[in-house]
Amino acid sequence: MKKNNLGKLLILMLCLPFILMGCSQSREKITIVGSSALQPLIEQAGNDYHLAHLSSNIVVQGGGSGTGLSQVQAGAVEVGTSDVFAETQKGIDAKKLEDYPVAVVGIVPIANKETGVKNLSIKQLSDIFTGKIKNWRQVGGKNQSIIVINRSRGSGTRSTFEDLILKGKEAVNSQEQDSNGTVKKIVNSTPGTISYISFPYANDQNIQKISINHIQPDNKNIPTNKWPLWSYEHMYTKGKPNKATAAFIKYVLSKKVQRDLVPKIGYLSIHEMKVTRDSQNKVTKIGN
Amino acid sequence: MAKKEQDLQQVVEDALAEQKVPHVKFKGIDPRNIDVDRLTKPSKETRQERWGKGLTFLAIILIGVLIVAIIGFVGMHGLATFIDNKVNVFHFLFSTDWNPGAGKNHVGAAAMIVTSFAVTLLAAIIATPFSIAVALFMTEYVSGKRVQILQSFMELLVGIPSVVYGFIGLMVVVPAVRAVFGGTGFGILTATLILFVMVLPTITSLTVDAFKAIPKELRKSSAALGATKWQTIYHVVLRAARSRIMTAIIFGMARAFGEALAVQMAIGNAVLMPYNLVSPAATLTSQLTSQMGNTVMGTLPNNALWSLALLLLIMSLVFNFLVHLIGKKG
Repeated sequence: MKKNNLGKLLILMLCLPFILMGCSQSREKITIVGSSALQPLIEQAGNDYHLAHLSSNIVVQGGGSGTGLSQVQAGAVEVGTSDVFAETQKGIDAKKLEDYPVAVVGIVPIANKETGVKNLSIKQLSDIFTGKIKNWRQVGGKNQSIIVINRSRGSGTRSTFEDLILKGKEAVNSQEQDSNGTVKKIVNSTPGTISYISFPYANDQNIQKISINHIQPDNKNIPTNKWPLWSYEHMYTKGKPNKATAAFIKYVLSKKVQRDLVPKIGYLSIHEMKVTRDSQNKVTKIGN
Repeated sequence: MAKKEQDLQQVVEDALAEQKVPHVKFKGIDPRNIDVDRLTKPSKETRQERWGKGLTFLAIILIGVLIVAIIGFVGMHGLATFIDNKVNVFHFLFSTDWNPGAGKNHVGAAAMIVTSFAVTLLAAIIATPFSIAVALFMTEYVSGKRVQILQSFMELLVGIPSVVYGFIGLMVVVPAVRAVFGGTGFGILTATLILFVMVLPTITSLTVDAFKAIPKELRKSSAALGATKWQTIYHVVLRAARSRIMTAIIFGMARAFGEALAVQMAIGNAVLMPYNLVSPAATLTSQLTSQMGNTVMGTLPNNALWSLALLLLIMSLVFNFLVHLIGKKG
């Protein structure tokens, strides 16, 4: 008898993966994969949405913008989220994807507190990240060499920063860190470091936020493009979304989410923007 | 029928006389009233036997398919870099220019290969003397309860998740290295120090097994010849356990080579040829973990990462092969 039970247990374990696979096939399932920056917002919105629509089933996963775009293009998921325009990614046919910008997030250069620099021009920033300026003295700070902490190649934050600040020039080969939190910690503790993080992470007394051309990094400077360093958070679907997906995207774009949830996470509502920017970084005023 | 009955009776009597198969019940068998079916068809035990064999075989097949699938998948994607994207294999192995987004002439992984080997070798070199010393202490100098306590400490070290090691590295080792050696604190040295702690339990426990496997008689003979404890350890125990110690070191190196998370947090992730031990660098694994999510499936940057994965897979096969080779030599 005991032996028999063991055998059954073994069979059960062998079959378990298939049983579990069967479980996941349920009704109105929306899988959302991609940008880790957008993940908390979509997760929260998904939970709220589920409470109102109990038949919905929204699964949110990270994985990065590249993953999001390639998965949605392959049709493996309903929605791919990304910090970058699909047009800028090689291997992605943006024409087949439907773009829904759902929020805007600012990016701010940060430096170690002791460098003595609080403001830089775009030219200076560009020279620092391309390795032309190597000492904080050259930009009015202490005599201390500059240590550039870059973001992971291909990450949304880095693409945005390089497009808008370096304008196509190649960044100096340097340390790369993946997450906003780690970057903040390193800049806080390592003398002479400079990097950039997204706004929601920047409210910290231990790091020096750097203003660009004396414009303060503030959410209220973004809608007019006065603070130029910002990016959209996109939700992409392959072609026209199905009914359930369309309903959820509509919910994310609704006033309820855009007014309460989006600012709470530190992002800017897409409805507040007074300008738009296309994938070639051309800025146009809304209404013109 | 009568012939058959006689034969059967003979068989039963023989078996009863020898009792070679004690679990078969003979008492109910009467040669004149034989159930031929029951004796010639497979018994319950046989069915159980086949059942168990089939089940374990199925499991093996499943695992085998999985392994082949993984190797095939990694191989397919990893080779796509060289076949579809036409990257030169020598360029991949020997160039330090890593920027796959910029085209096929910027896919040099040499910096990462060198760094991976550097941290692995350094970690093994630092960890081995400690491991041998600890293992000697545990097998030759203490016994009983105290061995168990030491053993559970070692097992505790194995159980700590690598992200915890990485976090401690980031918060403690990085600032310490920065304070002592300058630089940013990120680099090969920091990664080595973390890996040292991570491979220590692996090498130690395998070395302990190596020492335990040496027959007591060898030690006793040595003592009988008038050797001191240390002389016995140095001339007998260490020598007899040499090949198994080598195996232990290689297992430790395999672990260090494949470790991703803790290294990624401490090494700085700059794809540069390391020019000293405190300059930021990147290993094959750290580049993989930090880049995988940012690349698009099927493009060169993504394929290049698969090639790194293929390289890791090949290296782990090499480590396995080395272990077998040493095991065969004895």
